[in-house]
Amino acid sequence: MALLRALALVLIAGATALAQSAGYGVGRTPTAAEIRAWDIAIGPGGEELPPGKGTVREGAQVYRAKGCAGCHGPNGTSGKAPTLKANRGKDAETWSRGRILPVRAPHATIVWDYINRGMPLNREGTLTPDEVYALTAYLLFINEVIAEDDVMDEKTLPKVKMPIGDDYAKLPDWKPRTPRLKGYFHQPR
Amino acid sequence: MGSKQPARREFLKSGAALAGGLTLGAATPALGQSPAGSQSHDQHPAPAMIKEGHDQIAYGERSKHVTSVRIAHGGRPSPDSWGLTFHVAAPLQDSVGVITPSSLHYMGTTRGSFLPDIDPQEHQLMIHGLVDRPLTFTVADLKRLPSVTRLHFIECAGNRSSRRAKTVQDTHGMTSCAEWTGVLLSTLLRECGLKGSATWFVAEGSEEIKGASSMPIAKAMDDCIVAYGMNGEAVRPQQGFPVRLMVPGFEGIFHTKWLRRIKVVDRYYMNYNDYGHLDRDPKVAALDYQIGPKSVITFPSGSQQLPGKGFYEISGLAWSGGGAIKLVEVSTDGGKRWNKAEFKSTPQRMAHARFGYMWNWDGQPTEILSRCTDEIGQVQPSREQIAKYWNRPYDQTFSVPGLDNSIQPWRIASDGSVTNGFA
Repeated sequence: MALLRALALVLIAGATALAQSAGYGVGRTPTAAEIRAWDIAIGPGGEELPPGKGTVREGAQVYRAKGCAGCHGPNGTSGKAPTLKANRGKDAETWSRGRILPVRAPHATIVWDYINRGMPLNREGTLTPDEVYALTAYLLFINEVIAEDDVMDEKTLPKVKMPIGDDYAKLPDWKPRTPRLKGYFHQPR
Repeated sequence: MGSKQPARREFLKSGAALAGGLTLGAATPALGQSPAGSQSHDQHPAPAMIKEGHDQIAYGERSKHVTSVRIAHGGRPSPDSWGLTFHVAAPLQDSVGVITPSSLHYMGTTRGSFLPDIDPQEHQLMIHGLVDRPLTFTVADLKRLPSVTRLHFIECAGNRSSRRAKTVQDTHGMTSCAEWTGVLLSTLLRECGLKGSATWFVAEGSEEIKGASSMPIAKAMDDCIVAYGMNGEAVRPQQGFPVRLMVPGFEGIFHTKWLRRIKVVDRYYMNYNDYGHLDRDPKVAALDYQIGPKSVITFPSGSQQLPGKGFYEISGLAWSGGGAIKLVEVSTDGGKRWNKAEFKSTPQRMAHARFGYMWNWDGQPTEILSRCTDEIGQVQPSREQIAKYWNRPYDQTFSVPGLDNSIQPWRIASDGSVTNGFA
C-alpha cells in the first residue's frame, strides 16, 4: 500500500516528492493502548471521555477530600487560586459573570479536561475518572448550569447546555501571508 | 583576585619576551618598562583578571559588569507562592542585534507552571489522530530528519504597554527572538500521512499541566517547526527542552513547550488554552491570534538618560506575525514627521528586525516614536488611531482590543531623562 502511494506520488509530483512523501522510515508505531493512555485531549463531542460517573454530592465530598478548598476557598470563592463560582447567577448575562471556567466554557468537556490534566496542583493525574466527573458536576451545579440531581458521565457531560451557547466569536479561517483582519490598518494597495 | 595579580604579571612579562607586542596588544605597552607592582608609573595598567575556574572554561559566563536581567512581568512574582513560574520579561533596553540570548529569553507558561526536568533519552513525541500511520519519535529520531534553522520571535499575548510601565522591559519585554533549529512539522505530518478530513491539530506539552492548544493544519503545513535547537545549542528547559513547537507569528502560548503530542483532528478542539482566549467579537478574535506588525525603540527608552544634546543612534526592534518587516519609520518630533530608519541586517519572516536612525538632539523636550509596515502591507497604528477605528473615545480607559501592537511613545525631557509617553 505504502509502495503504491509512493509510486502514485512520483507520477503526480515528480521525483522531488519522493524524498518528502515516501517516508524516511523514522519513528515507531505506537500501540493502540499507548495512544489511548496518552490521549487526554477531550474534544467538544466528548469521544475521548473514559467511562465513569459522578454526582454533585460526590463532587462536594471530593472537593473537600482532595484539598481543592485549600486553594480555591471552601465554596469555590475567596481562595488564592482562581475563583470557581461566579458572583452573579444564571439570570445574569454570561459574559458579565466573569472568566470562570464552568460558566464561560462553551463545552462542559473543557471543565472535565482541565481538572483531569491540571488538578490538583502537584498531584496532577491522580484523580480517578469518577472523581473528575463528580468535581465537574459540583462546579457546574454551584454555577447553576446543571441541577442538583443531574449525574455526569461520558454520555451526559458532552450534552450539557452551557450558558454561553454560541455567543462567542469563531476564529478566522487562517491562511498564510494574509492580514489578520481585513481593513484593519493596511497600506493602500 | 588582586592577590593573584603579581604572579600573572610575571607571566605576562615572560610572555612578552617570547611573543613581543603582538599578543599583548596596545593595552599594555608600558608593562615591560615598569617594575612589577609600581603601578603609579603605569600609563595603561593591565585590567584585573577574571578567575577562570573549570566551570568558566567549560561554559563561559558574561562579564560581571554586565548585569542585565529578566524581571517578573505584570505584577505576579515568578516563582510565585506555589513555586510556579508565570511570566518573565526580557531586558530589551540592553539588547543589541536581533537575537535574545537564551538566558534572557522571555518566559511564559500556561497557568503558571513548574519547570519539568526531562531526560531527552526518555522523551517521546507522539503524532496520532487523523493520520494514516500514527508515529512516535524520540529526540534522536527527530535529529535524523531534514532540519531547518530559522530566526523567529515569540511574543506573549499579554505584551502590552500601560501608563504604569516605566521601562521597555515593562512595556515590551514579553517578546524575544532566537535562532531555532528543528524539523518542520510538515515533514513529520507527511511521515504520518494526513487524512483528508484533517483540518486542525492539538499540540500538547509534557509539563505537569500538559498545556494544549488548537491550531489550523494550514499553519502546520506552512512553517511550524518541532525545534530541538536554540541559538546554537539545545533548547533551554525554560523554553521547552528537549523539543518545543514553533508556530511563527502566532501568539506565544501556541509555541507548545516540552512537546509530547500532536493530535490531528477535524475541528477546533477548544482546549483549556483555547477557552482562555475566547472573545465575543469576531473582529477581536481575529486580532487575538496572529501577532500584528509592531515596533519599539529600545534606546533611548523609559528610565534611560541622555547625557546631553548631540548625536545618538536611536535603536529599536520591529516584528510581525504576517511576515518580514518591510519598513520602519522613526519620528523625533512627536509624530509630525516620519523618517525612514535603517535595517541593521536583512529582516527575516516572523523575526525581530533591528533598526536604527541617527538623531541630532537639540536638547529640547520632545517625543520619539517608531512605526513599521510588514511585507503584506499591515501597518502599526497609534492608540489614537485604534480608538478611532473602534469608534471609542481615546482616553485613559481605552484598552486596545485584541493583541496590542500600538506605537510606543517615549518622552525626552530637557534634562535628557526618558519616560513612558503613555504615563
